[in-house]
Amino acid sequence: MAAASPSVFLLMVNGQVESAQFPEHDDLYCKYCFVYGQDWAPTAGLEEGISQITSKSLDARRALVWNFPIDVTFKSTNPYGWPQIVLSVYGPDVFGNDVVRGYGAVHVPFSPGRHKRTVPMFVPESTSKLQKFTSWFMGRRPEYTDPKVVAQGEGREVTRVRSQGFVTLLFNVVTKDMRKLGYDTGPPDTQGVSGHSPPQGLPT
Amino acid sequence: MVSENSHLEDQQEPVQEGSDTRLLSVTSRRGPRSLPPIPSAFRTGFAEFSMRERMREKLQAARSKAESALLQEIPTPRPRRSRSPSEKQVETEFGTEPGREVQRTQLEEDSRDYSRVKFHDSARKIKSKPPVPPGFPSAEEAYNFFTFNFDPEPEESEEKPKAKHRGGTNQEEKEGEEEEPPVREGANKTGEEELLEGKDAEDLLLGLDHADADFVAVRPADYEGVRVRLQMEKELLFTPSRLTVPTYKKLPENVQPRYLEDEGLYIGARPEVPRTNQNIMENRLLTQEPGRRWFGDDGRILALPNPIRPFPSRPPVLTQEQDIKAELETLYTKAVKYIHRSQHMIGSGDPPGNFQLDIDISGLIFTHHPCFSREHVLAAKLAQLYDQYLARRQRNKAKFLTDKLQALRNAVQMGLNPAKSPKSLETTPKAINEYKSEIRQTRRLRDAEQEKDRTLLKTIIKVWKEMKSLREFQRFTNTPLKLVLRREKVDQKADEEAYEAEIQAEIRELLEEHTEDYEQKMEEYRTAHQQWKAWKKAQRAKKKKKKQAVEEHPDEEMEEPDPGETPVKPLPPEPTDRAAIEQQVRERAARSRRRPGEPTLVPELSLAGSVTPNDQCPRGEVLRREDVKRRSLYLKVIFNDKEVSRTDSRPLGADFRVHFGQIFNLQIVNWPESLTLQVYETVGHSGATLLAEVFLPIPETTVVTGRAPIEEVEFSSNQHVTLDHEGVGSGVPFSFEADGSNQLTLMTSGRVSNSVAWAIGENGIPLIPPLSQQNIGFRSALKRADAISSIGTSGLTDMKKLAKWAAESKLDPNDPSNAPLMQLISVATSGESYVPDFFRLEQLQQEFNFVSDEELNRSRRFRLLRLRSQEVPEFRNYKQIPLYDREIMEKVFQDYEKRLRDRNVIETKDHIDINRATVAKYFQQVRDSVINRFLVAKHHFLLSDLIVEEEVPNISILGLSLFKLAEQKRPLRPRRKGRKKVTAQNLSDGDIKLLVNIIRAYDIPVRKPTTSKFQQPSRSSRAFGEKHAASPTARSPTHSADYPLGQVLVRPFVEVSFQRTICHTTTAEGPNPSWNEELELPFRAPNGDYSTTSLQSVKDDVFINIFDEVLQDVLEDDRERGSGIHTRIERHWLGCVKIPFSTIYFQARIEGTFKIDTPPVLLGYSKERSVIAERGFDSVRSLSEGSYITLFITLEPQLVPGESVREKFDSQEDEKLLQATEKFQAECALKFPNRQCLTTVIDISGKTVFITRYLKPLNPPQELLNAYPNNPQATAELVARYVSLIPFLPDSVSFAGICDLWSTSDQFLDLLAGDEEEHAVLLCNYFLSLGKKAWLVMGSAIPEGPTAYVLTREQSHYLIWNPCSGHFYGQFDTFCPLKSVGCLIGPDNIWFNIQRYDSPLRINFDVTKPKLWKSFFSRSLPYPGLSSVQPEELIYQRTDKVAAAELQDRIEKILKEKIMDWRPRRLTRWNRYCASTLRHFLPLLERSQGEGAEDDHRAELLRQLGDYRFSGFPLHMPYSEVKPLIEAVYSTGVHSIDAPNAEFALAVYIHPYPKNVLSVWIYVASLIRNR
Repeated sequence: MAAASPSVFLLMVNGQVESAQFPEHDDLYCKYCFVYGQDWAPTAGLEEGISQITSKSLDARRALVWNFPIDVTFKSTNPYGWPQIVLSVYGPDVFGNDVVRGYGAVHVPFSPGRHKRTVPMFVPESTSKLQKFTSWFMGRRPEYTDPKVVAQGEGREVTRVRSQGFVTLLFNVVTKDMRKLGYDTGPPDTQGVSGHSPPQGLPT
Repeated sequence: MVSENSHLEDQQEPVQEGSDTRLLSVTSRRGPRSLPPIPSAFRTGFAEFSMRERMREKLQAARSKAESALLQEIPTPRPRRSRSPSEKQVETEFGTEPGREVQRTQLEEDSRDYSRVKFHDSARKIKSKPPVPPGFPSAEEAYNFFTFNFDPEPEESEEKPKAKHRGGTNQEEKEGEEEEPPVREGANKTGEEELLEGKDAEDLLLGLDHADADFVAVRPADYEGVRVRLQMEKELLFTPSRLTVPTYKKLPENVQPRYLEDEGLYIGARPEVPRTNQNIMENRLLTQEPGRRWFGDDGRILALPNPIRPFPSRPPVLTQEQDIKAELETLYTKAVKYIHRSQHMIGSGDPPGNFQLDIDISGLIFTHHPCFSREHVLAAKLAQLYDQYLARRQRNKAKFLTDKLQALRNAVQMGLNPAKSPKSLETTPKAINEYKSEIRQTRRLRDAEQEKDRTLLKTIIKVWKEMKSLREFQRFTNTPLKLVLRREKVDQKADEEAYEAEIQAEIRELLEEHTEDYEQKMEEYRTAHQQWKAWKKAQRAKKKKKKQAVEEHPDEEMEEPDPGETPVKPLPPEPTDRAAIEQQVRERAARSRRRPGEPTLVPELSLAGSVTPNDQCPRGEVLRREDVKRRSLYLKVIFNDKEVSRTDSRPLGADFRVHFGQIFNLQIVNWPESLTLQVYETVGHSGATLLAEVFLPIPETTVVTGRAPIEEVEFSSNQHVTLDHEGVGSGVPFSFEADGSNQLTLMTSGRVSNSVAWAIGENGIPLIPPLSQQNIGFRSALKRADAISSIGTSGLTDMKKLAKWAAESKLDPNDPSNAPLMQLISVATSGESYVPDFFRLEQLQQEFNFVSDEELNRSRRFRLLRLRSQEVPEFRNYKQIPLYDREIMEKVFQDYEKRLRDRNVIETKDHIDINRATVAKYFQQVRDSVINRFLVAKHHFLLSDLIVEEEVPNISILGLSLFKLAEQKRPLRPRRKGRKKVTAQNLSDGDIKLLVNIIRAYDIPVRKPTTSKFQQPSRSSRAFGEKHAASPTARSPTHSADYPLGQVLVRPFVEVSFQRTICHTTTAEGPNPSWNEELELPFRAPNGDYSTTSLQSVKDDVFINIFDEVLQDVLEDDRERGSGIHTRIERHWLGCVKIPFSTIYFQARIEGTFKIDTPPVLLGYSKERSVIAERGFDSVRSLSEGSYITLFITLEPQLVPGESVREKFDSQEDEKLLQATEKFQAECALKFPNRQCLTTVIDISGKTVFITRYLKPLNPPQELLNAYPNNPQATAELVARYVSLIPFLPDSVSFAGICDLWSTSDQFLDLLAGDEEEHAVLLCNYFLSLGKKAWLVMGSAIPEGPTAYVLTREQSHYLIWNPCSGHFYGQFDTFCPLKSVGCLIGPDNIWFNIQRYDSPLRINFDVTKPKLWKSFFSRSLPYPGLSSVQPEELIYQRTDKVAAAELQDRIEKILKEKIMDWRPRRLTRWNRYCASTLRHFLPLLERSQGEGAEDDHRAELLRQLGDYRFSGFPLHMPYSEVKPLIEAVYSTGVHSIDAPNAEFALAVYIHPYPKNVLSVWIYVASLIRNR
């Protein structure tokens, strides 16, 4: 049976982009996408999403709540290139132009279970004061050529960024066959529990 | 109260003030308002003085009163508080005086505490005071005056708080204060009123029981003048001055500022703070801080070079507020045993914690103490000497040495008499000599020891005598010390004998020594003497010869003439004088040895003496003894710099000994680093002073409780103590002599006797931290060896040196004191404790290697992963590498391995001839190295790669954008807008499409009527026919005869093939068809890699083939013609346009009319040329030869072409030149951004080279020059043809990374591949060599895009040469593919086109006009005469004709096989006659360069073969590989004829040109026999 000796493991992620804290901005929407290595392939669900526009809550928290669901399943043969979720938040500026309000990325949690992540968001800075002004004036702020840049380290040394706010994400992670393939990612507590079912079919 | 009253009486002040003072002094006394009588002063004052004067008086009185009251209250004197005018001046001028300011502020606070309390009372009185009319009683006062039995004295009371307030600080300044104007007082008072108002309300209710409803106070508005307020503020506020503080204020008095910079020390850069801020801060600091600790030695504020903290102090990321609840969640965790995290921590595996160090402090003895009397000093000295004596006696070195001496002597005796001891046969004279020398040494040592012993004894006796005399002198005894000298009787006779024997033995030895010495010297003397004699003889002989007379004094004679050479006559050594030696020995013996018969003196020190009791001592001594009794001592135990315990405080005994006898058990966790005892002394009840610190060694691990000996550790202190009694003090010189000479200075010192050991647990296990924890590596290894730790050499590192030293110093291995050392050496040298003599960089690497390297290499999965991460092309985009090795097929690696293998093997299969194979291999290598270089460069990012940012708009862009605003939203004539470009990152298969828009074609060749009927078709008849063909609707009967099925002249369609996908248009009719169709072809990138580099290296070509669709009637039987149509569609290839994909990729779109590459001869077809010419229609087109097609090709979506590598290449060019090129290019780009301007290029080794260095006259092959000796134009064409025969290979394909590499002409000819630049350079160089004026034209052409052409100047006109095709065009030729000219490059200059237009049709090529051409080298920058990179001369080898013929045969064979392969279902018949005929044609074609001999061919063929329908053509191409030939043949589709009776003919001809340039002709034809 295939289950006895799997050749891939599965990673199921669902959850939501819960909310954000952007003290200076309002009416934002959020895009997310996943960045993963060459050994990974999405099997189900949506790799990318774009949320509704949300306004700040009127209470003291001033939170921007999206509650935008994430649901994706990956299969992989190699933990290298573990998926990262890349978030980019956009919103109108004073002139009504849609500008980017923040980029951020975080790895999907490794261990199964419920995880909450708060991702700091940042935007690239203009290269000069003059450009900062013109970009503000024209509503064409500097953006990454590709939001996925924030998930990689290469080439980032040429950029300067400014922090903007935080986005809170909720992940529910389920993995399949990882232990069978010799990858133990469970939290330390569950190790005792898992001792009941000894790993079978470890790679020889 | 009493005291106050008495004070008041002293002052003799009016009585009414008493109430004030009382109020001032004690707050709680306010209840009983016992008031003094009304003062008379008030009355009189009221009556007599003016208000002001009266006020002043009152004020004075009140002030003095308050002052005196405060003086009573506050015992300590207070400095004044307020400032005198002069002081103020000072402040304004220089800023405040620091010290005083500070004091004042402090005291102010103190006094305020006082005054605040008092305010409560006084305020009650002030509160209702009318402020305006001074002197008149207010309503309340009046009321009080009348209702109460007291006089509150309103005026006074209102001054009172003031007075009291100020008075508290104003003792010295009474006079000054008196002069103060009352205005100021008023101001102060109002100020204070305000302050108090808040409290008044309460006090009013509590304190005064008057009915508040009874009266209403009417008060004018309060007002404070500006000056008043300013003054008030001055009192309350402190404004630090901005003026610079003089340095002396910031430094301690009489200290010069010290500038460390001047002393050469490094001073960090101070942070930038404005000078004024700094001054303010300094002033503030001086005011607030009494000390000067904020100021450095140089009088500046201390400042760190960098005020930024090294770590952030920002709190961690705060989650949203809603999470607070979650954070407050209680988490239950299991109790965890705390494990210390320390570098010294005991490993987790060991039982943690309970290690114990026992410190036994038994006592303390002072060897010197300030309270020592003189006698004590001597006693201590005596005790010390006695200790020394005891120690010496215990060791008894002298005895040991004497014994040794005796033994040695015996040994010598034995050695000398071997008969007596047959065993010691081996004792050679050498050994005896050694013994002797040892005897000598030992004797010397013994003498020294004996002398020391004797001196010591003498000193002891001397000190004891001194002590005795001192005791006598002072008439009391302080110490119980008593020295007894015990005489030990000796047997005088034996003693004398022994003494004498000893002396004799010594004398004998010495004699022997001397004799030896003497003999040696004698020997020397003898030889010397003989020499001398010989020499003398010779001299004498000489003398005799010379007949020198004087013979009595030969020596003098000899010496006179030749004093330099004369050897001195050796003197015989003196024989030893026994008597002298004996005397020496005896003298020495007398000095150092006990005389014979003298009794041995054994000193014994006892404490049996009695100390004189106190009452018999003089006063000084009594005081001393009392002082000693008052002193007590205790010790603190400091472990790792922390105090862990302390002993009890014990009094100092009269003998200066303290007994503690305490054992401290230290439970330790950390490995001890230091163990210190601190000796504290307390005198009486005052605090303890630290006398000294005693550092204890950490015990070795072998030292455990019980076994540890008590050790005495000395300490000393450097304190200076002078005492006023008999005590000698410490650190103070004193003397025993009466005259004060011979001074001694003793420091407090002493010994602590203690023992430190590791404790032993209950079960007998020592509580010692495990050895491995103590230290890493070597030292712990050493400690494991017991011997080492026992001798305490834990710090020893170099065992080898130690062993060497031990061997050299002849350490006695049997000496028990050496035993541990010998053991250590043996351990160390035997290698038991192994000390690595190498250094390992990553010593932990081994632990992290989870598999061995071999295993890692064997694993296919890891190999795959590694290759992928190395970006090996085959694996760069490998997805989903399987989890298990077994799932990875070996074939995955096959391609890669094959490639690796082939790298070194020359593959001859594809290349046929060896030369090209080598070239190909070389080419591959260059390519690999370049690619590797660019792979590195690819990972180098620029900001623009990552971030999209708007450019800062300049004026023109702003204007444009403003203009855009005004622009119509939906213009009537819309302009084409650029499509959005797509970065090639998120693309996948099928996303990219190639759009080919076929618009129309001109001058397609037309079919010829079946030639079987017309042997020689006349021009007129053709003209007639074709006139009608132009209008297909009109058909003449002749046509129907010629074309049985009513076909038109030609029915062309276009087939586009790309990546084996084929699309074709519908069929149009006529030689000038118009299709206007869009074909869509999918594009697949190699390996699914859509990255820029991958796309750049796509080598695929887009083939646009034009075919003629021919309907062939296949009806066998004419009778059936009526009922059915049986036709077969044949297609005949007419021509082709080939466009490389890379061109499309870089150009983004290709648009224009292209010349169709038609074969020079198309059997069965002919050009319309003549017809058109005859008709005189469209003269422009008549000029052209060949057919044209109008195309529009693009990619959908548009891809961003990769940018060229921005790597700055190194260069050997002059730096100035490079700067000039940059400047030139920038200037040009500014004016005409679209025009190509090239100044420097990169050569094949990756260096930047100035472009003109490539141009230099180079000789074309002589063979070509010889062909047309008299026709320069023909020669030029031939040369161009030769150049065009060198295969074309774009750089972008070979060097994926778009770096245009320019190879020199010889490299180009060696490689036999290159792109436009290389062709153009070579052609230009040939033309220069032919004497033409030639330039390189950088511009853009269709379809190549940016390219290089060659421009030559003929007599009157310019010619533009396409170097890749060999064609040339006149300047005004509309079909010239060159569409724009950017710059011209000559061998010595560059000219940039600054004309308005860039089309060659509209520009002037006269480069001498500076208004039209901007030249690089000009008068300001003259041409420096750059040397060329080209070779001096090109050398051409004649190509091997045999090899060419062989190649020709092989190609023919391969092609024939291929054609048969392509027709798998049909029989392919080869017509040999035809083939041989064709073969004859080909050399002719080569000679005529493909100039039409079409008709001749056909006629010839017909004549030879008879009635056949032909379709065929010669293909001509430069030879590089076989593959393109096959492709070309395939693309013509000759093989696709289905006619069952079709025959084929194929001929190949290779014409060799020099340097292995081969021109390949392939003639393919299909024949169908006409029945």
